[in-house]
Amino acid sequence: MILGRVIGTVVSSAKDPSLNGITLLVVQPIGRDGRATGRAVVALDSVGAGVGETVYWCRGREASFPFLPVEVPTEATIVGIVDEVNIADPVSAAKEQG
Amino acid sequence: MLIARVIGDVVATQKAASHVGRKILVVQPLNLDGSDRGEAVLALDAVDAGAGDRVLLSTEGYSAMTAVGRPNSPIDSAVVGIIDAVELNDPPR
Repeated sequence: MILGRVIGTVVSSAKDPSLNGITLLVVQPIGRDGRATGRAVVALDSVGAGVGETVYWCRGREASFPFLPVEVPTEATIVGIVDEVNIADPVSAAKEQG
Repeated sequence: MLIARVIGDVVATQKAASHVGRKILVVQPLNLDGSDRGEAVLALDAVDAGAGDRVLLSTEGYSAMTAVGRPNSPIDSAVVGIIDAVELNDPPR
């Protein structure tokens, strides 16, 4: 899964019928420090995410599983809204390791 | 699979039901010389790894789901092992 920030929405009227009722969001992938990495993608929403939120999204065939038993044609789906990202201080983490 | 370092974790209240009860780790894939290989990714934890651990990162859905024990769920990467040592015939300099 990859961290991202929701930066917009996509409206599509004529689409695969199984996509009806599912929100399409534009997601900018971000790194561990919150800075943008790479290019934005369109992802389906399975958790009620909105613009401005930090999320994590899943790629590939697995992206369609939140919508089972409906088989939805997607390769990117938001599967969680991030409350907090905890990056360990490398020095103290190394100490913990001994 | 990739060699990676666990650098943190993510807290998410609203998430896929199949992710509940599993740690979401922030892992940085590594090159053989220990330098960063691309961007950090999120992976579900299947082996009780923690920050600082060098781990085996599976980056494909089926293996990740199997390791976590949650079939047919939106999981595309998982930490499937904690690495004790890597031995190379011709170590990178």
